[in-house]
Formats: sequence, C-alpha cells, structure tokens
Amino acid sequence: MRRDALLFGALIAPNLIAIIVFSYYPALYNIGLSFFEWDFVAPSPEWVGLENYTDLFTDASFGQVLMNTLIFTGVSVIGSLVLGLLLGSLLATKVPFTGFAQTMAFAPHMLPGAAVGILWLFMFDPNYGLSRWAFSLFGADSPAWTTTSDWSLWSITIAYTWQRLGFVTVICYTAILDLPKDLYEAAALDGAHGRKLFRHLTLPLLSPIIFFLSITGIIISAAQAFDIISIMTSGGPGTSSSTLSWMVYEEAFQKFDIGTASAAATVLLGILLIITYVQVRYGDKKVNYDS
Amino acid sequence: MSTLTVDKDALAGAADTAPRNRGRDRGPRRPLWKTGLLIAGVFATIAVFFVPLFWLFSSAMKPHQDIYSWPLQWIPREFTFENFTAAWNSAPFDRFFLNSIITTGVGTALEISLAILCAYAFVFVDFKFKKIAFVLIIGSLMLPGHVTLIVNYITVANLGWLNTYAGLILPGIASAFAMFLLFQYMRTIDKDILQAAEIDGAGHIRRMLTIVVPLSNPMILTATLIVMVGKWNEYVWPLIVTSTADMRTLPIGLLFLRSQEGYSNWGVIMAGAVFVSLPMLILFFLAQKRIIGGLAAGAMK
Repeated sequence: MRRDALLFGALIAPNLIAIIVFSYYPALYNIGLSFFEWDFVAPSPEWVGLENYTDLFTDASFGQVLMNTLIFTGVSVIGSLVLGLLLGSLLATKVPFTGFAQTMAFAPHMLPGAAVGILWLFMFDPNYGLSRWAFSLFGADSPAWTTTSDWSLWSITIAYTWQRLGFVTVICYTAILDLPKDLYEAAALDGAHGRKLFRHLTLPLLSPIIFFLSITGIIISAAQAFDIISIMTSGGPGTSSSTLSWMVYEEAFQKFDIGTASAAATVLLGILLIITYVQVRYGDKKVNYDS
Repeated sequence: MSTLTVDKDALAGAADTAPRNRGRDRGPRRPLWKTGLLIAGVFATIAVFFVPLFWLFSSAMKPHQDIYSWPLQWIPREFTFENFTAAWNSAPFDRFFLNSIITTGVGTALEISLAILCAYAFVFVDFKFKKIAFVLIIGSLMLPGHVTLIVNYITVANLGWLNTYAGLILPGIASAFAMFLLFQYMRTIDKDILQAAEIDGAGHIRRMLTIVVPLSNPMILTATLIVMVGKWNEYVWPLIVTSTADMRTLPIGLLFLRSQEGYSNWGVIMAGAVFVSLPMLILFFLAQKRIIGGLAAGAMK
C-alpha cells in the first residue's frame, strides 16, 4: 500500500506539478497582482489596494469591453448552437453528400485562429473581398467591416462563429445518431411527430450535450478566441471590438499596466468561476442523463 | 450512465469495422420533394464552409491583377506560385516552420507522456487522495490562458526562459483533456490481463509499458493528434514569450506578414495563411475519423 502511494505520487507528479505551477499558482498570484501597480520593470510593485478595480468600474470603456465580451460570447455560442443543431439534424438524415458536408464543416475548426482571422479579414475587405460581391448581389455596398466601430465587433463574431460552427455541428450530429431508436418508435406509436417530437423528446435527450457545448463555448470564446481578434481588429477601432481577453493582453503587453491587466484578468476569472459553479451545481440535475 | 455514450469503435476511430448506422429509420419513405430540399440544405452547408476555404487557396494562387479586379475573379486566369515565393522571402518562414515543428513536436511528446503516466495512475494504482488529484487536474480546464498569462510570463522571465524553446514549450505541457481521454479509454481495459501479468511478477512500470500502452494505442494516437493541432495553432503564448523573428512560430508569422504587407498585397498574405493551414488540413483529411471521434468522446464523457 505504501509503495502504491509512492508510485501513484511519482506517476501523477509531473502532470500535477505542471498544472499547479502554470495554472493554479498563476491564477491565484494574478489576483494578488491586481492590488498593485506595476510595469514589469520597476524593482517592486506598488500597493494600491482596490484602486485598479475602482478605476476599471468607473471607466466607461471597461463597460464597453464587458458588453462586447457578452455580445461576442452570447452571439457566437447561441448562434453556433442553434445553427449546429439544425445542421447536425440535417446531416443525420439519409441524403447524399452528408459525409462530405461534415468534413467541410469541421475543416475550419482545425485551422489556426490566426489563419481564420486573416482569411476573414480579406473576405471582409470592402473593395476586393467576397463581402463586396455578396453585397453587390443586393445592389448594396459592403460596409468597411473591420475598420468601422459599428461593424468591427460583428466581423470578429461572424469569423469566430464560422470557425466554431463545424465543431458544434459534428458534436450535435454524433449525439443525434446516438439517440435511442426505441423511444422514437414508442413515441411514433403514441402519435407524436414533427415539432412535438422534437420539443418533447429530442431536445430533452440532447440537453446534456447542449449544456456541455454552452459551457465550454462560453469558456473558450469569452476567454480565448484571442487570435481572431488580434489579427482582424486588434480590439479596435477604439475599443469597439475589445473583449476581456484582448484587454488583458493589451494592458499588460502593450501598455505595460500590469495592475489594470491583472484586475481585468481577475474579473474574467470571476466570470469563469460563476460558470463553473453553474456547471457543477446544475450540470447533473437540470439536464437529462438517465437511460 | 449517460444515454449519449459513444460506442468504443467510433471512439477509437476504428472505422474499418462495419459502417455506422446513419440516421434513424422513421415512418414511411420520404417524399421526393423533401429529399430534394434536404439535399439543397446539404449543398448550402457545404458552400458556407467550402467557399471561404476555396477563396483562400484560389487567392493564394492568383496573380496580383486577378485579386484586384472587379467583377471578382473566382478562378485564377493563370495559376502562379509567385505569392508563395514572395511570402517566403518577405518573412523568415523557414524559421517559423522550424520553430512550429519543434514546439509542436516536443510539446506534444511531453504532454502525451505526462498524460499516459497520469491516466495509468488514476486507473490502475490505488491511492487515498485520488479523487482530489483528479478534480484538481480536470478543474484546470476552467483556467484558460488569459487568466494565467501575466504571471506565467513573469515566471518564465524569472527562469530566464524568455525567447527560448523551453519558455515556448514547458508552460504548455500540463495535460487535462488528453489525460481525461486516456483515462476513459484505459478504464475499459480488462483488469484480468493485468492481474495475470502481476502474478507473473511484472511490476507497474512493466505492466504499463508492455500491456496498457499497446492496448491504448488507438486512443493515444487520437489524443496525440488533438494535442498536436492545439499546439500548432497556439497563438497568444508564443506571441508574448518570443521577441525576435527567429523564435516566432507560424501563426505569429502571419501577424508579422500582415503588418509587413498591409492590405495591398492580399495574394501574398493568403499564401502565408496557406503555409500555416495546409499541414493541419492535410492532417485532418488523413485522420478525420480519429480526430472527430476523439473530440466527440471528450464532449460526451
């Protein structure tokens, strides 16, 4: 038994240490840093208490960053979920070319966000991009997507949703194929069909996967999706497409304002903890897991 | 038990067995117009994803005047590779490739090794605090890069690893997702085989290397592919931890190329995007079933 304990420790130690050193320790240390003012260079950080937070929450542009994060995350997560369910059910029908469609849909998910960002930057080019062609079909001019503050947030949201959609579609498709057939036969005998069947049987059965895709979607898109923003708009013009993840980077590594950056990162951490709590608390109850 | 368990063949990507049942048989045959509508929907789906990718590749192979012409030139009037040579020469793409290959290769090997050791311990070794350790490791999935970015930068700077391969690779070797996939897979291994080996006097390390690892090979390969794609596409960490062009990886090279060429040379920029994307696309088309199967398995527990 003692030997087993030693062995267990030795086997998990490398991974556990790496996780503690590069995930938990920095997350905690970051909270501490948010009470200081620092620029990476000064010999020691200067204690300022809650000043970084009061500055953040009295600054109108931080409100916009939070709003942008909410819109970007909400639209991309809900958008990809609704479209993904639709496309997933479409692919699950027995018609030709669904295999090829699945491959094509998933391909963007494999690409680096930087490549997706630069591709959409070109497509959104109002003079030479596909956007000009698409708008010309309706006799309209393409907006200057990435360079005007009315459209910049939408340009990154669309690009990111496009990249994520294939993943969500394929997961929904797999889940739909795994639905228990006998329940559908029973429901058909009871005369249930169409929309009613979808609402009362398919949707509840898919609820765990919908829940999973929402939670992971929020974590990934709220906290990451940084590459697309960095390549397409750099958070601009102004702060019109800045999200929390962009702001953390910009404050820390372009403005060298470590206090503000770590306070913003702590706000992000708080949001993620709430989401984690929701997942742990409701993940197994609200959704249907039983067989 | 979840209703959404994936069968193990699909999980491991063993697609060479009997084809999966596609779709449900429900009710009478579909009328023809409905099938037509569905096929139209499938084609629309293909178009949404295919057109941008087609645009990427066709633009990379267009001569300059074809890109800056109106109406749009969908198919290049003549195919040219000059954008690729221009991209290659305007930034040190040979270094970017080398750096991407080193960080992805070494990083993946290290992460998968840690994942195997860790998953083996969780499945086959008894220990009191197993559950806490497990929660700690899986819980790290909730702490994405941007929360830890600043302090990891400070740590790496203090270690003197800024702008080095160690700094690029080591902070990313901890494994939660791949560990979880391997853990799930190893749990299905028949314990009797291991017991027999134990009676024959094989210790844990030998059992792991000679029995568990070979048996887990399909899932190890799947996890390796998924980890590899993630590392190749990694963006924010290489961006902050490297400071000279000769240490940049490919995705950062794209940012470099964009600021170099601006909006006036899309052909060259698209050629750069092809450099970055093509390895992942090839990998995906070769191992599609495995990658999708692995990600789906992670999603459905």
